Amino acid sequence: MLELKSVDAGYGSFQALFGINLDVKAGEAVGVIGPNGAGKTTLMRVISGLIRPTRGTIAMEGTDVVATPAHLIVGLGIAHVPENRRLFPRLTVQDNLKMGAFMPQARAKFADRLEFVFDLFPRMKERRNQMAGTMSGGEQQMCAIGRALMSDPKLLLLDEPSAGLAPVVVQQVFELVKRIRSGGLTVLIVEQNVQQVLKVVDRAYLLEAGTIRASGTAVEMRESDTVKQAYLGV
Amino acid sequence: MESFLEIFDIYLLEAVVNGILLGGLLALLALGLNLIFGVIDVTWICYAELVMIGMYGMYFLVQYYGISYFLAAPVAIALVAILGALLHFLVIAPLLSGPPINQLLATGGVLFVLQSFATVAFGIDFRNLGIRLPVLAFAEMHFSYARLLAFGAALIGMVVVYLFMTRTYTGTAIRAIAQDRQIMALMGVDTKKIYLITSAVGGALAGLAACLLVLQYDVHPFVGLSFGPITFLICVLGGLGNFVGGFVAAFVFAEIISLGGLFSDLEWGYVLAFVFFIIMMFVRPGGLLARRQ
Repeated sequence: MLELKSVDAGYGSFQALFGINLDVKAGEAVGVIGPNGAGKTTLMRVISGLIRPTRGTIAMEGTDVVATPAHLIVGLGIAHVPENRRLFPRLTVQDNLKMGAFMPQARAKFADRLEFVFDLFPRMKERRNQMAGTMSGGEQQMCAIGRALMSDPKLLLLDEPSAGLAPVVVQQVFELVKRIRSGGLTVLIVEQNVQQVLKVVDRAYLLEAGTIRASGTAVEMRESDTVKQAYLGV
Repeated sequence: MESFLEIFDIYLLEAVVNGILLGGLLALLALGLNLIFGVIDVTWICYAELVMIGMYGMYFLVQYYGISYFLAAPVAIALVAILGALLHFLVIAPLLSGPPINQLLATGGVLFVLQSFATVAFGIDFRNLGIRLPVLAFAEMHFSYARLLAFGAALIGMVVVYLFMTRTYTGTAIRAIAQDRQIMALMGVDTKKIYLITSAVGGALAGLAACLLVLQYDVHPFVGLSFGPITFLICVLGGLGNFVGGFVAAFVFAEIISLGGLFSDLEWGYVLAFVFFIIMMFVRPGGLLARRQ
């Protein structure tokens, strides 16, 4: 479904990604793990078009993502839940969800998608008229995921969904990722919480200093000495 | 003594009502400027000059081409809307990533360009539509129909903008972009297009204001000076970019002008309003309703 080949990217003269090769198949959940500053967020941003690669190709179901204007990439079926959620704090929950359905194709399905998101997050239905910025961190994360789901995506990019949340809420977020997966959605998830993320993904990549150091199935990654020592604390 | 009080009360009431009528018009002017500032983060110093061009548009449509006022008004509004979009496309957009002072200076430059253009093209004569609306006498008070019409139309204009901003996808995107412009692409929003639409809406509001002001005031190349600065002060008083604050500040200003004018000359009303502004800048520098962060 998604294929990155030798992708370089960065900010100005600072290069954050070096020759990334990565693929995600339809129906899979894939994790990207690694330390702070490894380039995980940059990887997500380069896929959704917030920054553009300096080299390499990105294809979504055969369509050249690099050649697609940034605001049309969501139309290819890629929905990005950004780091720190980035909700519109002074818009209501419902208006935030409405922004997720801004694309003409999504507007037609607005009522259905809203029902789908409210089924998934009954809390959002209760809080639909509340300003998004006044909700708790966990609720904001639900709203951010709901906003991304409003576009009826094929591929969901989740950037650190557990960051800054209480342990109980982190658990809920990973439960949620499992539920979203079971609905057939393809997921690419970036996480520092390695232990948890390896429980919900099929495969994972280890990203360090902007390059992919290791990859394999979730089981292989859990067994790998590199991952064990550095991230699982075993 | 008793009869004196009665007359005084009538004048007071008349001044209060006239203040409200003026407030509606000032609120309309402030809304356009606030919209541009709140969304694009740019102050159109030349906002009142767009209004001036709109007033000339009305003058020529009505006096020169003989079109009726109510048919001319939509044309003038569309004309200024296009002018607003052009201003963004030609002047603001190329400077958006530059320092804010450059954008400010550039729109200041446009102010002088428009003034000079009007002087060369239309001359410095004072012109009017030649329409004199009657005065409404009600319980010994007098209100001009021009002001009543302006107030009603300004309110309708503001309600239409409110509905557009809250009910439509584009309007919601305009509010969202003011809060986080970087991630708009993730929503499928083309920020350049939204900025252009916002500028056209800001222009349309200036156009509507022009249609209403031209009923009460003569148009000349420097007419913008008589309400441009006050519009800007109202926006600052309400907190730049704060729509509700601007609305409240417009009525506060209008009442000070109207009531201040009651006790002496109308000019003293303006002096009082500006003094009030300066004091408020010390007391509440963030605006009357400082936006919660």
